[in-house]
Amino acid sequence: MTPSNDEYARQEAELDDLYRDIILDHYRHPRHRGSLRSPTSRHEGLNPLCGDEVTVELVVKDGRIDEVAYNGSGCSISQSSASMMTEAIEGKSVDEVNELSNAFTSMMRGSDDVDPEILGDLEALAGVRKFPVRVKCATLAWHTLNEALEQIEPTP
Amino acid sequence: MTLDVQRIREDFPILKRQVYGKPLVYLDNAATSQKPRQVIDALVSYYENYNSNIHRAVHCLGEEATAAYEEARAKVAAFINAPSPEFIVFTRNTTEAINLVAYTWGHANITARDEILLTQMEHHSNLIPWQRLAAEKGATIRYIGLTDQQTLDLADLANLFQSNTKMIAMPHASNSMGTINPIEEIAREARRRGVMFLVDGAQGAPHLKVDVQAINCDFYAFSSHKMLGPTGVGVLYGRRELLEEMEPFLGGGEMIRKVTFEGASWNDLPWKFEAGTPNIADVIAFGAAIDYLSELGMDNVRAHEIEITEYALDRLGQMDDIILYGPSSSTARGGVVSFNYGDLHPHDVGTILDRHGVAIRAGHHCTQPLMRTLGVSGTARASFYVYNTRDEVDVLVEALEAARDFFGK
Repeated sequence: MTPSNDEYARQEAELDDLYRDIILDHYRHPRHRGSLRSPTSRHEGLNPLCGDEVTVELVVKDGRIDEVAYNGSGCSISQSSASMMTEAIEGKSVDEVNELSNAFTSMMRGSDDVDPEILGDLEALAGVRKFPVRVKCATLAWHTLNEALEQIEPTP
Repeated sequence: MTLDVQRIREDFPILKRQVYGKPLVYLDNAATSQKPRQVIDALVSYYENYNSNIHRAVHCLGEEATAAYEEARAKVAAFINAPSPEFIVFTRNTTEAINLVAYTWGHANITARDEILLTQMEHHSNLIPWQRLAAEKGATIRYIGLTDQQTLDLADLANLFQSNTKMIAMPHASNSMGTINPIEEIAREARRRGVMFLVDGAQGAPHLKVDVQAINCDFYAFSSHKMLGPTGVGVLYGRRELLEEMEPFLGGGEMIRKVTFEGASWNDLPWKFEAGTPNIADVIAFGAAIDYLSELGMDNVRAHEIEITEYALDRLGQMDDIILYGPSSSTARGGVVSFNYGDLHPHDVGTILDRHGVAIRAGHHCTQPLMRTLGVSGTARASFYVYNTRDEVDVLVEALEAARDFFGK
């Protein structure tokens, strides 16, 4: 039952899918990493299995993400995903962010019906699905964001 | 005499398989060991030839199964030099064995005035049961700290105990760093002060010659699956007086002598602690694992692990950016090498190594407080056993270099 050369090529490709260039770029050059002076909401997320930690801070003004920052420690997937998330949500309305969050979570759960237009760069994280134990690393930042958003009073 | 590792490898069917097109290099033995053909055969033979419930059957199969089950108990007793098989209780795993002591002896004896002494290197299995007990009783827990060599700080051994210390529990060897603890010395001090002493032997019995009478501990707990046996079997050794005075842990069939609608009296040791149909097949196969290890000789097992650990410490120590944890001397540690590589996260290291066929553990190893003490979120851990070779350590090093190149590109 020796795998064929095609099989080896596929396995190599899977590893490259997990660690796509854009993911490694965010890992090496994180965006919005740090903390905000006066965030309107803040949440600390923890993945107890891996020990990954991500803290998300937001300034929400007039229903939009005016400022965002993250901090934390963990594997490249958890930290890159957080960095990519901050880029994706900055300046967007809370409604748009909720829609994006749902799209991202559906993609990570295995759905192929998600519009790649909505996801943009985040689509690069789809390769993580082939490594089921690492999916929680990729979704940690988004779960943390959802918790942070829930603290915000809905604007009338 | 050293082990004939090539011959040993022939006994382990799984070592022939490939992972992602590469030969499996299994270095996660502290999590669970692989199983030799002899153990697998014992399981199959039980189910094919004499599968039956034990202790109550009046037929041939039941008698055979009962004899094989109790023979396994006798093998375990001899393996750790327990005075009698009566003092060997089968549980599901080490965790359940420790919980058994916390729930029975602990509940009856620990009060709000008492202190339980643990160490900073506890596995959660020897931490949570005591934390729950202490919280319920209002008792205090104190932790023995570590030296910069990640050994227990026992500089003041004579004053280790306070007047209210009632119980001390610690690992025979640390699953995260490999550190072997001086349990004989601790036991001497504990005995002198009348303090109860439990040893978490999950990383001890598989790798070190254990003599519970020479150690002179009160309880010693360990698991079958880390020592070539099947999952689902743990062992609690306890001193006779203690096991006799302790109340049963679980109630049900098997553990009773006489039952009326008003109440019940308990079976003899050790069955008082084995309620319900036990894990018959796996206990019998565990007996085959004990035979296998006994034939190799635990002194030889230990010598092999020292040799391979020394080689691994040497090879890894020569790499730039490797941080090694645990004592630097291979004789002060078991076959566990815990490390971090540059600023790579252990999980990223583990994923790349996996693609090279190398199975290691990455993370906090169920020792979260210890990881905080070390100031890391986790480590990568290679752990060795009887079938591991120097060549496999070389593959580990090559795979680590590949990981560095991958993330550095």
